[in-house]
This record gives sequence, C-alpha cells and structure tokens, in this order.
Amino acid sequence: MVNTGDTAWILTSAALVLLMTPGLALFYGGMVRAKSVLNMMMMSFGALALISVLWVLYGYSMSFGNDVGAGLLGNPTEFLGLEGLMEDTTSETGGLPVMAFVGFQAVFAIITTALISGAIAERAKFGAWMVFVGIWVTLVYFPIAHWVFDFTLTDGDGVVTHVGGWIANNLGAIDFAGGTAVHINAGAAGLALALVLGKRTGFGGEAMRPHNLPLVMIGAGLLWFGWFGFNAGSAVAANNTAAVAWVNTFVATGAACLGWLLVEKVRDGHSTSLGGASGVVAGLVAITPACSAVSPLGAIPLGLVSGVLCALAVGLKYRFNYDDSLDVVGVHLVGGLVGTIGLGFLATSAAPAGVDGLFYGGGADQLWRQVVGALAVLVVSFVATYIIGLLIQKTMGFRINEDDELTGIDSVVHAETGYDFSALGGGGGSHTQEHALPSRPTRTARAAESAAPAEPSLFAASLPHRSTEGA
Amino acid sequence: MRLVTAIIKPFKLEDVKTALELHGVEGLTVSEVQGYGRQRGHTEVYRGAEYQVDFVPKVKIEVLISAERAAAVVDALVEAARTGQIGDGKVWVTDVEQLVRVRTGERGPDAL
Repeated sequence: MVNTGDTAWILTSAALVLLMTPGLALFYGGMVRAKSVLNMMMMSFGALALISVLWVLYGYSMSFGNDVGAGLLGNPTEFLGLEGLMEDTTSETGGLPVMAFVGFQAVFAIITTALISGAIAERAKFGAWMVFVGIWVTLVYFPIAHWVFDFTLTDGDGVVTHVGGWIANNLGAIDFAGGTAVHINAGAAGLALALVLGKRTGFGGEAMRPHNLPLVMIGAGLLWFGWFGFNAGSAVAANNTAAVAWVNTFVATGAACLGWLLVEKVRDGHSTSLGGASGVVAGLVAITPACSAVSPLGAIPLGLVSGVLCALAVGLKYRFNYDDSLDVVGVHLVGGLVGTIGLGFLATSAAPAGVDGLFYGGGADQLWRQVVGALAVLVVSFVATYIIGLLIQKTMGFRINEDDELTGIDSVVHAETGYDFSALGGGGGSHTQEHALPSRPTRTARAAESAAPAEPSLFAASLPHRSTEGA
Repeated sequence: MRLVTAIIKPFKLEDVKTALELHGVEGLTVSEVQGYGRQRGHTEVYRGAEYQVDFVPKVKIEVLISAERAAAVVDALVEAARTGQIGDGKVWVTDVEQLVRVRTGERGPDAL
C-alpha cells in the first residue's frame, strides 16, 4: 500500500530541493560582475539539465544499486534506465514508491555539482564545465552518495536484502542530509578546481565586487526555503524525525546568520547584506548532517560556530592566494566540517538519531567516526577532482583566454549580455538575421522573394541590410 | 549666451531645480555621472574584502542662459546645491557660440 502522507512529502521535498539549484544560480549570479551573470547562472542550469538525464540513465543505479564490493559503489546496471522501477512495489518496500526516492535523490546530485561552479566563476569555458559536470558526477558524486546515503536493508527475518555504502553502514558516521556527500564534497572539489584553473585576471588587485546584492538575497531566500525539503525530506517519511530536522534547520540558520553579522560588525564596523545571506547558507550547511542528531538547543551553538568560522574562513583565499571566487571552500567545506564533526560533540540520544556525542557523555566514539567520514570524503573528492580538472585543462582547455575574460564571459561564450538598462535600448543595433533551420527558407528570405517584383523602396535603397523590412 | 554646467550631490537636484525655476530658467539637461574630486571615493566591504570605490555618483546639470542672467543663475544654483560638507561639487560657465532650436530653426538668443 502506498503511504500517501510520506509520498506527498517526499515528492514535495524533491521539488523544494530542485528549486535550490535555480536559487543557487541567483545567489551566485548576483555575486559576480555584471559581465558574467548569465554564464554563472548557466553553470547551474547546465548541471541541472545534464545530471537529470545521467541520473535516470545510470546515476541512481551507481548510488543506490546493490553494493559491488567494500561499500564503494552501487551496481551501475541494476537499475539502468530505471526500467524496472515503475511497478508499484510499496506492499514490500514500506509505503514509499521507489520513484519518489529516485526523484528526491536526483536533485541532491544536481545541487552538489552546481555548488562547485562558484569556485571557478567568470573564467571557465561552458563546454568544458559541462564535460566536467558529466565526469565529476559520475566518478565522484555517484560513488560518494552510495557511501553516505545508501543504507543496508534487511527483511523481517534478518536476511540482508540490499547492501549499501561503507560510511553509512560500516563506519557508522552520521550524515543525515549530506554534510559529507554534498558540502565537504563540493567544497573540496571547488578548492581543487580553483587551483587547476588559476586566478581570475586581476584577482586581489581589482575590485571584483558583487554586481547585484538583491539577486543574492533572493537566491539565499530560495536556498533557505528549499533546504527544508533537503533536511526534513531526508527523513524519507513524513514523521517525527522530519519535524525535528525542520526545527533544527530553522534555528541553526538563524544563529549562523547572527554569528556572521556579529563578526562583520566587530571586525569591519558594518553588518552587510552579503554577510547576512552568507551566514544563512553557512548555517544551513552546518545543520545538514546534524539535523537528526542534535537538539534545538544544540543546533544553536552549532549554527553560531559555523557562522563565525565561515565568516573568518572566506578570508583564507587572500592569505593563501587562491581564487575560490564565491567562497565554496569558506562556506561549504568549512560549514560542512563544522556540522559533520560538530555533531560528534553535540549529538544527544534524545534526538531521533539516538546517539550521544562528547558533550552528552557519549565519549569520542561518534566523534572519531565523524572525523574519519569527513576526511575520507574531503581527500577523495579533492584528489579525484584535481585529476579530472587537470585532464580537461590539458586536453580541451578549461579556461577562456584573457582577452575574452576581460571582455566578459557572457558576451564571448553565450553571445548575450545580462542587462540592457539604457534609455536607447538594444545598444544601437538592428535585427540582422534569423537563425532558422537551413532546409526551410527564413521569414526574411521569403519576404524578400515575394517582394522582389515590387519597386524597391527608398528605405531599401538607403539601408541595404534592412532591405527586406523596408520592402 | 552661456552654458552653465554644474556637478552636484544627487539628493540636491530637486532643490537646485526649484531654485533655477524661480530664476526663470525654462529648461535644463540632467545626467547621472560619476567621478571624484578632492573628496575622493569611499570604501566598501564584501565578505571581509575591502574595496576602494573611487567614483562617487553625482548629478550633472546643464543650463543654457543669456549672458546677462548667467551670474544670477550661478549664484542661485550654488546657493541651492551647498550643504557645507565635502563633495558639494562644482559649477562652471562657458561661452556658447551658436544655438539652434531644432523645431523652428530659430537661432541665437531667440532659441533660448
């Protein structure tokens, strides 16, 4: 029997999490310079498009297929194309249609990969990025999602019916919604790619300030909203755990925002809107792994620490001279570490996960599992991403050239510009040509044909490039 | 004929416009401009990174006026634009050699 409550909540959560990626596009888009806003947003939309297809083809199977050995990878062919998953099997699987879970997990793969784009803003070839997305999600995300999110299942008689990944089952690290698989993973990958591509021309000298902070605020708001699907949806049911996760997510985010704003006020003299938006994300990141394991009172210090540490960590790129343009490392890697390792201290057995951390008398048992899980994902993601990035750099080239970068990646790579605010509009140009399919004549060509016998008008004579419109 | 050009603080535009109307100015051109004088710019902070912003937003006003009335108009403009703080701007006056009203073809002072 289908459990309609669970199914409705998970399908809703999946849609909420999907909205996070367009939200991220706005969040990142507002932070770059005006000449790069479209490319920045397209990196998210490109990841959305490609991973949607790859997930159905083999991604779900690589992440949630039966383990092929040592908890490292799901069987890529078990659910190939999802062909076998359309039948209603809820009488055996406990109420939630498999396809609801397939959809919910798909959007995690997309947002994780899109997060990386902030580290290489304004300078990556769009084609190279798309190739990277396909390779990275296949070789890094799908396996790591298996490690972290795929739980071993047993039937009523204790017989194992499905074998999952090593972090979730063998190590026993707690990562409720993706502190390791999503945020540490994306943060480490962002650092690797920022190192492979190198700094933007003028980094550290020129003013590279955000061109549209209201876009950043809208984006942060959409991420915030969608994140309730991300965390509370990760209960994979409409139940008490989901409700606890919701409230923890809610309060940690507020605390982190306050933490970031306080650091700015004390250090710089002003609390900024960008700081507020960033603090929100820092809190959401940190509570992601921990939202089932801590109490609301534990979520407050966790969020606060994340807001403060991330606010300090975004300055590291200037000290160590790497151009992690939009602070994927400072926010997602650092926030992911705070949440994943912090729950080793702050977990309480009163919360749904039922484990005591160091501060609640549980000793270091959960703490070391958290540290091992976090470091494993960090190292594997960094090394694998560095190699993938380097291969793309050496073969097809990852960066646009310096002239194009100075001109602006939007106009060079996408033949568009984000804004036209001038009273004149259109940049003083005129409509020159329609790109239609070559097999059928374009409207302008047909118009020219039918107008041919007529006298050419004065307009046509004086403005030859617009002759068809004049005729 | 004279061209009076003024660079002023944007929020002073309304005061200046009112003052000019009182002095019989019947038309003016306004543009949003940016630049700096001795005041220089200001600093902004994004995620802890401090940026020096050199160009300050200002409003540029251009007024065409007869030679006799130029001095009074300049005085009124300066009076209306002044706050006494740094960055109040500048006003300068230049000679205008020729003037044409596009619609009628009138030339010289008739076109004012």
